[in-house]
Amino acid sequence: MSEYNFAYLDEQTKRMIRRAILKGLAVPGYQVPFASREMPMPYGWGTGGVQVSAATLTPDDTLKVIDQGADDTTNAVSIRKFFEKTAGVETTEETEKATIIQTRHRIPEAALREDQILVYQVPIPEPLRFLEPRETETRKMHSLEEYGLMHVKLYEDISQHGAISTSYAYPVKVSERYVMDPSPIPKFDNPKLEMDAIQLFGAGREQRIYAVPPHTKAVSLDFEDYPFEATKADHPCDLCGAENSYLDEVITDDAGNRMFVCSDTDYCRSRREAGHAGRLAKEDAA
Amino acid sequence: MTPLLQVKGIEKRYGTRIGCAEVSFDLYPGEVMGIVGESGSGKSTLLNCLAGHLEPDAGQVVFDTKTDGPMDTVTMSEPERRMLGRTDWAFVHQHARDGLRMSVSAGGNIGERLMAVGERHYGNIRTKAIDWLGRVEIDETRLDDRPTSFSGGMQQRLQIARNLVTGPRLVFMDEPTGGLDVSVQARLLDLLRGLVREMGLSAIIVTHDLAVVRLLADRLMVMKDGHVVEAGLTDQVLDDPQHAYTQLLVSSVLQV
Repeated sequence: MSEYNFAYLDEQTKRMIRRAILKGLAVPGYQVPFASREMPMPYGWGTGGVQVSAATLTPDDTLKVIDQGADDTTNAVSIRKFFEKTAGVETTEETEKATIIQTRHRIPEAALREDQILVYQVPIPEPLRFLEPRETETRKMHSLEEYGLMHVKLYEDISQHGAISTSYAYPVKVSERYVMDPSPIPKFDNPKLEMDAIQLFGAGREQRIYAVPPHTKAVSLDFEDYPFEATKADHPCDLCGAENSYLDEVITDDAGNRMFVCSDTDYCRSRREAGHAGRLAKEDAA
Repeated sequence: MTPLLQVKGIEKRYGTRIGCAEVSFDLYPGEVMGIVGESGSGKSTLLNCLAGHLEPDAGQVVFDTKTDGPMDTVTMSEPERRMLGRTDWAFVHQHARDGLRMSVSAGGNIGERLMAVGERHYGNIRTKAIDWLGRVEIDETRLDDRPTSFSGGMQQRLQIARNLVTGPRLVFMDEPTGGLDVSVQARLLDLLRGLVREMGLSAIIVTHDLAVVRLLADRLMVMKDGHVVEAGLTDQVLDDPQHAYTQLLVSSVLQV
């Protein structure tokens, strides 16, 4: 512990990041530039999220880290270990018990509370980037609220696929002002963006922080005749039988067999402990 | 009758060199103004100043807006100017690639301006896109193709459709027929002339091709070294040029 300052970053850096976070909370959806630091992990592994987590952590916090909903994948395990080592905080896999949850690509199934903070890892914070490559132009579009281009993308989806095929990183308009990229969460999670917890978004390589305060309106963009739909695999979970959770499809052999399981491992586990069982529960319970 | 556009003493300098200077004219609704001159005479600079792409160093560009009447577009706020740029104004670039989104289908290109002014009904956008493809003589089956698969003439016509879909009142055109072969040029000119008459558009056309202004423009300005050297009715200027440079320009046209 003594080798590191609490939570790895030095106090001045944390102060700088907290200022960016406060500004982000004051202007929901606005991308606040910040002086992102080099972290001991490659870009794309959550350097932005880790910095935001480090700046929000206190010694009393309990941290949970999830990657695609799971607590036990490489990214989640290594970031959890990182904070165990550098901050010495309690960690947990249970959504209920955590006060700070760092996440990659999912929002937990269990509803979050007002005393919790959800930190997202963001690869590309700019929702307009793939339509307009110039940063000067996208900034101007944000400042003048010129978001027609975002609908051009959705138009292209419908004209090519017959429906809005964007299934993740689905753009939302936050608090009736800024169009925001909710990071690559499935669009199934979009309705949950209006929640009780604070949501912070950190993009390390792109050096941007943005935020959605609790109870803030976040509307997914759509057309009047092609309304937004939160989609998921049309299946119950094969382990816990949940009908309303986001599912991963797992191929189980080369004979065409597959199973659908909750991507939120903690949710699935707690349901199985409560006695729920899905189609393949028996064989897999061991 | 209020002029649609009043240009008063526009001047743009690049350092000590003159881009264009002391340009003034009025443009009335339904009128087409041609600006001709050799390369480097300042006609594109002038057009970009008028369309708000460049900030002039002096002068006024007063546009008769729908809501607030005549307003100086040079001093108005940027959001207002950009709003004009996608509603009442249209800009047709010489190279269609500059004015189109090459990675977006033809329908998306036409629909962009509609969506930018708040249209949120996919079916309506599509119907309008189909209508406009027809008006610029592009087959409806090409609606979902990208402009990269279009010929040069089709790209230019698509650019025109994309610009006119919101029913602008003033169109700026920078060499709209440049780089097209003569038969394609002829069709494009025919199309433009039809659209201008049918929609009652006002237009400012910059070109070095005298045939284009002869066909399209009601009035003509001849520019040289950043200054307007002669102005008047198109036929009058072309048939009876007064200024030495205009005489040179007119006599330089090859007769077939």
